[in-house]
Amino acid sequence: MSGNLLEINDLHVNAGEKEILKGLNLSIPFNEIHAIMGPNGSGKSVLSNVLSGNEDYKVTSGQIIFKNENIIELKPNEISNLGLFMAFQYPVEIPGVTLMNFLKTIHEANRKANGLEKLGPSDFLKYVREKAAILGINDEVLKRQLNVGFSGGEKKRNETLQLLVLDPVLTILDETDSGLDVDALDIVSDGIVGMKNEENSFLVVTHYKKLLDKLRPSKIHILVDGRIVESGGPDLAEKIENNGFESFN
Amino acid sequence: MNKKINKPNEEDFNNPYEFGFETEIESVFAPKGLNEDVIRFISDKKEEPKWLLDWRLDSYKRWLKMKEPNWSSLRYPKIDYQDTYYFSAPKETEKLKSLDEVDPKLIETYNKLGIPLKEQEWLAGVAVDAVFDSVSLGTTFKEKLKEDGVIFCSFSEAVKEHPEIIKKYLGTVVPNSDNFFATLNSAVFSDGSFVYIPPGVTCPMELSTYFRINAAGTGQFERTLLIADEDSYVSYLEGCTAPMRDEHQLHAAVVELVALKGAEIKYSTVQNWYPGDENGKGGVYNFVTKRGDCRGDNSKISWTQVETGSAITWKYPSCVLKGDNSSGEFHSIAISNNYQQVDSGTKMLHLGKNTKSRIISKGVSSGSSSNTYRGQVNIHPKSENSRNFTQCDSLLLTGNCSATTIPYVESKNKTSTIEHEATSSKISEDQLFYCLQRGLDEEEAIALIVNGFCKEVLQKLPMEFAVEAQKLLEISLEGSVG
Repeated sequence: MSGNLLEINDLHVNAGEKEILKGLNLSIPFNEIHAIMGPNGSGKSVLSNVLSGNEDYKVTSGQIIFKNENIIELKPNEISNLGLFMAFQYPVEIPGVTLMNFLKTIHEANRKANGLEKLGPSDFLKYVREKAAILGINDEVLKRQLNVGFSGGEKKRNETLQLLVLDPVLTILDETDSGLDVDALDIVSDGIVGMKNEENSFLVVTHYKKLLDKLRPSKIHILVDGRIVESGGPDLAEKIENNGFESFN
Repeated sequence: MNKKINKPNEEDFNNPYEFGFETEIESVFAPKGLNEDVIRFISDKKEEPKWLLDWRLDSYKRWLKMKEPNWSSLRYPKIDYQDTYYFSAPKETEKLKSLDEVDPKLIETYNKLGIPLKEQEWLAGVAVDAVFDSVSLGTTFKEKLKEDGVIFCSFSEAVKEHPEIIKKYLGTVVPNSDNFFATLNSAVFSDGSFVYIPPGVTCPMELSTYFRINAAGTGQFERTLLIADEDSYVSYLEGCTAPMRDEHQLHAAVVELVALKGAEIKYSTVQNWYPGDENGKGGVYNFVTKRGDCRGDNSKISWTQVETGSAITWKYPSCVLKGDNSSGEFHSIAISNNYQQVDSGTKMLHLGKNTKSRIISKGVSSGSSSNTYRGQVNIHPKSENSRNFTQCDSLLLTGNCSATTIPYVESKNKTSTIEHEATSSKISEDQLFYCLQRGLDEEEAIALIVNGFCKEVLQKLPMEFAVEAQKLLEISLEGSVG
């Protein structure tokens, strides 16, 4: 494929009456990891949600071109089935639904939307176990109810497992590092680095530099008050670590 | 197991109620309306002994003096009991020797329903008695069951073959003076299933009955009697469907279970009578009396029900815990959509010592439906050290529907304990968005969340039927998101 995987042009977004994103521009080519950093309330989470089609937010103008298609009018599931995955900052609990059952359901839905037959039960089990092993998730965890009674770190690990199972083209990691201890951070970031290839890209939304040290993004964008105010290489993270976001205001 | 729902043809496939076909078949009716002659007609058609006719007539006399109950939350137009046919039978089934003589059209109907009646098509595990309108069509696997001494046949046949057992137990759990609908059933019941498990026998297969109302304007009044003799075990499942009709059809069944010393009965129902259309037109009025009697010490009865159909559901499968150390369970999923009304629950009467009961009720409401759990737990003064646990959870999918929990609790023994928990919740936007972000559409997401909500109860169903029930939940909730 040529061109950018994601291209956001002059995006304006409201939450209720309030404008949150105020003319945001961003391009992500294939096979790259980009990071967005910014202070609280700058619109980072809103951006992740809008890219995923969350109808709580209203796009008032601008374009989101994903795989050469403007996705602003699409429903969250349609965007998902085009290959966009968001790892949630706060994954929800779904009582009574096991992690395994959830993985099977979303994997089948995804394949169906893309005109593929579902995998047979034993092939699917093998596939999931392979991915789970990368993250150190055992069968007992697969049998537990989705996120019910899981710690913050375990929930993030579940998110990463779903990511590996769906194998999307664009992954948004919304504050995936929050709630992760150092060991879990290593496992999760190794999993993500391991799935990176020429046909996918990642957008990492974070407060902290820790995860970026692991993922080594090619570009870092600074989001302040609904706009990207600066883009640069990995050294930008260094600068923020030392000086905070003050200098960008 | 071959309980899969077949897709009959394009027309049925596009129809939200999958079982809404009608079988064109010639029927024999009793004259419309209800009087002593009609009861004599039914009894005569069934070649019943005089004692049974007398019992029917006695029931009828009692019924005439009774009033239709109005304490439930159900609202429906007055039923004209003279405007219903009380007996309808497919014409040629009067003298059948084997299933091979059954009208192929009936067999086709059952195939559409996914019930393979012909024994050669039968894979394993379940013996079926199929009741079509008012007549039982034949019981599969009767010979095999006979080897273990298990009797599984139509009620009419049992009256002829095993009159002593019928006479001993009929009306001993639900007397013919019990309530308006049960008494009506006692007067006019047409057919149903009969099961007897001898002492010490674990029934070698799941027993199953399928009920279907076919003829127009016909009420169905089946009667099931199940006796588990000492230290025996049986698992029994009934399923119900009806064609789509504009007018309401009346269904008033009675189920009596008797568990003697050390016996265990597991009774599961998947009820999918026609619920009416999305504007509330048509649908079955389902007034059912189901009761189990834990007559012996250490006996156990558990009810599991998945109720997705019917315009009106009035149903309280109950346990009378007479024997010491006996236990009763009630696991229920009641789904209501569009204009369906459900008033359902259970009664647990603790009479013996050390008796236990457990109630798990899951109500899911959508559309403009109303869904009431009504349950009674009663601990008798002599019932020492008895325990009840009740958990009622309601899930609401839309703003127009309602969910109500009405527990009646009474303990007259200080050594006994009653626990009640109730929750009510809506599917959260966060849960929906999460599932959508993973690629599920809204209906798939709701089906998944509802199935999770109901899981505790679904797990109680025999495995094969759990799959069917899950699918049924999805069908029932179709169109519940706009």
